[in-house]
Amino acid sequence: MAAHLSRRVFVGGAAALSGAALWAPRPGRAAVAMGFDEARHLLSRATFGATPSEIRTVEALDYASAVDRLLETRRVVALTPAPAWVTEGPAELREAQKASREKKGVDGKPLKIVRPVQEQARELRNWWVEEMLVTDQPLVERMTLFWHNHFTSSLEKVKYTPAMYRQNELFRREAFGNFGRLLKAVAHDPAMLIYLDGVRSIARQPNENFARELLELFTLGEGHYSESDIRNAARAFTGWSIDRETGAFRAHEQAHDSGPKTFLGQSGRFTGDDIVAILLKQPRTAERVVEKLWREFVSLRPDPAEVKRLADILRNGDYEMKPVLRAMFLSPAFREPSTRGALIKSPVDLVVGSVHLLGLPVPEKTQLVRMLQGLGQLPFNPPNVKGWTGGEAWITTYTLLLRQQFLRRMVEATTVSSMDGDMAMSMRPNRRAERKEQVPADEAMQPPVEASPPVEGRSLRHAGMEARLGPTLAGIDAAELQRVLLPRKPIDGAEGGGRPGAVVALAMLDPAYQLK
Amino acid sequence: MTRILLLVELKGGNDGLNTLIPYADPRYHQLRPGLGVARERTLQLDEHVGLHEKLAPLLEAWKGGDLAIVQGVGYANPNRSHFRSIEIWDTASAASQTLGEGWVARAFDGNRLPQGLGVDSIVIDTNSLPMMGPELRTIVMQDAESFLRQATAMKGTAAISDGGNPALRHLLAVRQEVNAAAAGLSDRLRAAQPPAQEYAAGTPFARQLDLATRIITAGVPVVAVKVALGGFDTHANQAPVHETLLSVLANGLATFRRNMIAAGRWDDVVLMTYSEFGRRAKQNASGGTDHGTSAPQFVMGGKVRGGLHGTQPPLGDLQDGDLRHTVDFRDVYSTLAKGCWGKPASFGQRHVQPLGFIA
Repeated sequence: MAAHLSRRVFVGGAAALSGAALWAPRPGRAAVAMGFDEARHLLSRATFGATPSEIRTVEALDYASAVDRLLETRRVVALTPAPAWVTEGPAELREAQKASREKKGVDGKPLKIVRPVQEQARELRNWWVEEMLVTDQPLVERMTLFWHNHFTSSLEKVKYTPAMYRQNELFRREAFGNFGRLLKAVAHDPAMLIYLDGVRSIARQPNENFARELLELFTLGEGHYSESDIRNAARAFTGWSIDRETGAFRAHEQAHDSGPKTFLGQSGRFTGDDIVAILLKQPRTAERVVEKLWREFVSLRPDPAEVKRLADILRNGDYEMKPVLRAMFLSPAFREPSTRGALIKSPVDLVVGSVHLLGLPVPEKTQLVRMLQGLGQLPFNPPNVKGWTGGEAWITTYTLLLRQQFLRRMVEATTVSSMDGDMAMSMRPNRRAERKEQVPADEAMQPPVEASPPVEGRSLRHAGMEARLGPTLAGIDAAELQRVLLPRKPIDGAEGGGRPGAVVALAMLDPAYQLK
Repeated sequence: MTRILLLVELKGGNDGLNTLIPYADPRYHQLRPGLGVARERTLQLDEHVGLHEKLAPLLEAWKGGDLAIVQGVGYANPNRSHFRSIEIWDTASAASQTLGEGWVARAFDGNRLPQGLGVDSIVIDTNSLPMMGPELRTIVMQDAESFLRQATAMKGTAAISDGGNPALRHLLAVRQEVNAAAAGLSDRLRAAQPPAQEYAAGTPFARQLDLATRIITAGVPVVAVKVALGGFDTHANQAPVHETLLSVLANGLATFRRNMIAAGRWDDVVLMTYSEFGRRAKQNASGGTDHGTSAPQFVMGGKVRGGLHGTQPPLGDLQDGDLRHTVDFRDVYSTLAKGCWGKPASFGQRHVQPLGFIA
């Protein structure tokens, strides 16, 4: 319930949690207002959906200082309290699982099978989605998700849930911290050690999995190393494992291959840390990171000259992330109007962004996580070590229809109408007093106005008739609603007769809503 | 053999006890002193149960032996949230399980359907979840009129400039693929004969059935069509509302049947009604009923074996005031998957118990 309430406060407008902290006016700055559409663009890329009041607050700011505010770090931990089990070691977890298997009911039959790992996975995903919704540092969460997709690990293989949580903490801590430090930490990260088989890699039998992906995906990219580099790097990481009791990183000296190695033309008795240091000296490493950032935040086709310029900023700045992110958001390519609407919304953009934008209170996040899964982006379960392909791959005939299906459902949950016209009798909502007594609160999706639950079984065209919108969109006129919801003019043309509910419904179902 | 399944979703939770009424059980009248339907207003089907008199239009099918009523359908650990429970029904999951794909799509798992018109199922409603899955190409529409208007408008979308925006180009290309199917469909629909018997004017449900009729008589090669009737969430002053709904439902289904018979398609069609849950056995203080559990389902079709199937949950054995289900809804689905499309599908049940309602 607490989450529900804080969410309500959060969506309450400019004075709410994030608005207040992030965008409160500050003295002593000569502001050149950036204007509505540019503010919308910046927020649509750097946060999860932007409400009219958020856009209004930002449009009055000078562009560079708005970017600086997005890049401020006020805390390096999540606001949302972590599930209780994140401190558990693998030993405790094994115990719990065993206990749940053995527990019997009074009749001697096993109780409903509790599967701690699946249940923890569910809690973990809900926790992160919750954090994306309540955070006052949305760009931190965006970057946490970016690192999750760069340094992929999946619960599918890791299974030890607390390690996935701790890896997520690491990504948040270094969200726009330092790439070099992050790369080194990832090499020591227990979830990564499990995911890419570091735990099995010993001097006698080095496992090349991590070394290969480190070179191919995390740093240089294909074509910039040889098979021998992989073999040598793998030897350098041997002996890095995790403690069976606590789940923490542990180096087994006797399992480490301390012999001489040759890696990218250099020779020495390298350790894993040495390999990381050598990789950070390669220009390709920064370029690859920047290419990925570009595809995530700017456009589907990175501009090679800009990639080079930004990669230099990254490398020359000792891999600090803030300067390169700042330069990217300030780049002419990012700001030019043709970039607006040039990216396809990821499932997280679509689901979390729409919930934020509509101000939908969703106390139970499982529903949202399932939408993400259906659309192909289940947090903590990237499909493979390459992560989510993203971009055009988000949209297929199937996911396009599914996206529309989810959006229709969200529109139905947010708009309420008194049903005049067809079947008025049967669809009239009941009086408030009676409802309060009898209707168990729907856990899945509560409409923002308690007295008027969504009326089922009506068509969207009717939904707009007398729709009342949630607090984030209430009182906004039709023209502005469309500018808030769409990054470009609607593909199917505006309709809705100026009625706010109909405008929202039509805009969200317009193909342009799939873009950001 | 492929029959077309017409899904009829009754949105909001239909009151099963006032649909198929255990009129002979004194407990029924005790539980529902005001709301219970009097014996003389019940169309008795056997010595225990009868239909609400507003369902009289269905008697033609009942007598014709092509209306099956499956009693006591539900699932274990029932969920009383509208959204969650309909999701369980739509995905054929267990209550504790969450699945992303619809049950109709799941029945075709791994079987890409022949190309045909490029559309495998049509949803004339807002909720398309039962059909959602990579195997099934589904088109969602509200009614024929706006669909045809849209399809006409879409023909122009090829001309929409993507302005050199690759994201938009991709999006439009995918949509074009969907639209191509819609265009083929709209041509068929324009050429379709109007139904032999007109549907009663004025309700969205009648318009949906009219469109479903045209789709089927035009020979569009689909495996399923979905329509919906809303308004069943009757927490207060239920009687007049529910009676209107039952009347709309029965008239619509009876007309649909006659139209299918007239078009010679009744043997190729099976229709099934369903709702996210039934309602509590006891009426509430506002002359209504609150969210409950199991309820009966209607199954109709030329090849359907009419009569009562399953068992009516006894009113003397309620669980926290709710009916205990006697038939798992996934057994109904398995029977339909086999009977309509020849697909053996267990929907995750270890032991499927087929119901004999399809010949």
